[in-house]
Amino acid sequence: MGWNEPGGKGNGPRDPWGGGGGNNQGPPDLDEVIRNLKDKFKANFGGGGGGNRGSGSGGGAPSMNPALLIGIIVVVLLVTFGVWGVFQVDESERAVVVRFGKFDRMVNPGLNWHTPLIENYYKANVTQTSNYQVQQDMLTRDTNIVYVDLGVQYRVVDPKAHLLRISRPTEVLEHSTESALRHVVGNASMNDVLRDERVQIGVSVEERLQEYLDRYNTGLRVVNVALNETAAPEPVRDAFNDVARAREDQVRFKEEARAYANSIIPEAQGKATRIREEARAYREEIVSRAQGDTRRFQQLLTEYRQAPQITRDRLYLETMEDVLGKTGKVMVDVEGGQNMMYLPLDKIMQKHRRSSAAGADSGSASGSSSSSSSSSQSGGSAAGADGGGSLYNRSGNTEIR
Amino acid sequence: MTPKSLLSLVAAFLLVLLALDSYFIVEETEKAVLKRFQEVVRPDIEPGLYFKVPLIDKVVKTDGRILSYDMDTESFITAEKKLLDVDAFVIWRIEDVQRYITTVGSTAGASKQQIMFYAHELLTPRVNEGLRNEFAERDVREVVSGEREDVMDSVATRVNEKTKKDLGIQVLDIRVKQVDWPDQVRSNVFDRMRQERKQDAAEHRAKGRETGEEIRAQADKERTVLLAEARRDAQDIRGEGDAQATKIYADTFSKDAEFFSFYRSLQAYRNSFDQGSDIMVLEPKSEFFQYLNSSDGQ
Repeated sequence: MGWNEPGGKGNGPRDPWGGGGGNNQGPPDLDEVIRNLKDKFKANFGGGGGGNRGSGSGGGAPSMNPALLIGIIVVVLLVTFGVWGVFQVDESERAVVVRFGKFDRMVNPGLNWHTPLIENYYKANVTQTSNYQVQQDMLTRDTNIVYVDLGVQYRVVDPKAHLLRISRPTEVLEHSTESALRHVVGNASMNDVLRDERVQIGVSVEERLQEYLDRYNTGLRVVNVALNETAAPEPVRDAFNDVARAREDQVRFKEEARAYANSIIPEAQGKATRIREEARAYREEIVSRAQGDTRRFQQLLTEYRQAPQITRDRLYLETMEDVLGKTGKVMVDVEGGQNMMYLPLDKIMQKHRRSSAAGADSGSASGSSSSSSSSSQSGGSAAGADGGGSLYNRSGNTEIR
Repeated sequence: MTPKSLLSLVAAFLLVLLALDSYFIVEETEKAVLKRFQEVVRPDIEPGLYFKVPLIDKVVKTDGRILSYDMDTESFITAEKKLLDVDAFVIWRIEDVQRYITTVGSTAGASKQQIMFYAHELLTPRVNEGLRNEFAERDVREVVSGEREDVMDSVATRVNEKTKKDLGIQVLDIRVKQVDWPDQVRSNVFDRMRQERKQDAAEHRAKGRETGEEIRAQADKERTVLLAEARRDAQDIRGEGDAQATKIYADTFSKDAEFFSFYRSLQAYRNSFDQGSDIMVLEPKSEFFQYLNSSDGQ
């Protein structure tokens, strides 16, 4: 775009790319443009003679055109120079400008300019985070071998040092990472690496690595060290997995035992409570029974003292009536002749048993009163009345043969 | 006219050449010395633009940055005569350009890369020698863990003393990366590790059983104690009940002992003949039957 300006100035508003001239059809090709320029040169230098006849010969030209041309050329060169020196620095980058090889300035993102030929610039990306991964087997303090997978994220923070002070900084970072990692792992025991101090190892590697990077002027900053995996080396992984299982077994055994303990102790506590409560129930029962029995006796005794002989006889007869009324009986009223008597006791027993079994159904209706009279603990009820009532009831039910 | 102009053309050409040879630029990444008739007249030239006498002065430049190179894996023997594979890398830079040029880069026409490669070849045996000496004084454990830093520092110092003087090279750091067992030892180590893990696993299981058994035993004991205590308390309570009942009975029945025994006997008869399947063989001579034979009871 620079070289079309003189054309424009020299020949009115004519665009060398064509389109402007009325009689000129289509765009002129480059040859034509050059020819036009040449013509203008000849015209401007006056005389039209060979320009190679001494450099000073053209200086005395009558017109002002040569000076103008030189001026134009200088402008063109300046513009070219200016455009040449322009360069862009991306938002993510910083650039370093050196003048005659010597560091001159840092350049921020945007459109920038450097002096061509005497200045030079180098760019470095300062926002991009790069990653370096180490996946290796290495020795621990207890001379075991562990597998470590570690990732280092880093970026450039000092572009000057990064670009000018060190050759192949990335390679240095890789070596340094490996060295730092092996150093830290070498200082830890295998168990530390595999379990207990994984976090600590990441932190130590980061510190150590950063120290190296600073010492070697890499201009790099470790953003993050991620200890992705620490494991036993492949050939012994099964054995390690078994240890993990054993550890789980250990916990499981414990848990199982706990479960057992948790099931039997509450049960035992419940049982203990039951034993105590049963004992308490027994105590209450036996005391209550005693109280009932004695109260009954006490009341009976009071009445008995009013008429001792009558009560005595009555009680005796009632009892005997009840007893004999329920039992089968054989009365023997022969004195001295017992040896001659034949008593088919077993037959009698059988018969009696059968009848009593048949009578049990009908007898069960009043059985409750019979049981209450027989079990003496049903304390409150008066003994005499109760005993009498049951006596009459039962005589109606029980057949004695 | 023509020869004269030709001459002037040649002269101009030579002048340009001389002009081009009358300055030099030292880049920020470089170090340079200026030599006049092979004699160093300006050592340690800072980066920038400088003038020099054309043709006579010569500039020699080297890399001024921190350099590094990775050494091949070497085997070293430790104090307890064990082999270790060691991999190290060297951080260095050219300290004395003049010496470096004369000792390392003396080969005419060698490129920078070739010179640097040659420098590596000169450094490697020295570093290896230093490492070998240091490893020979230490056992594996010390090399791997505790004294890694010492090994590296002392090798760097020792190597540095010589290379600075001999080669103009400053060794900034020697970093041991890999310290590993040779392959044939690795399998032994793996066997050992496997054995250790096996013990470890067995120990864990045994410990688990131990703890489990302890907990069970504790629980069983607790259960037994709980029940025993409950039974003890129960007997106590029952005894208390028995005592109270006995006292109640005794207090009341002692009021009329004879009537009590009569009353209690009747009760006992009633209870003992409650079954209904009993059969009595009777003689009608008892008091109960006194009216059975005669109405006057005699």
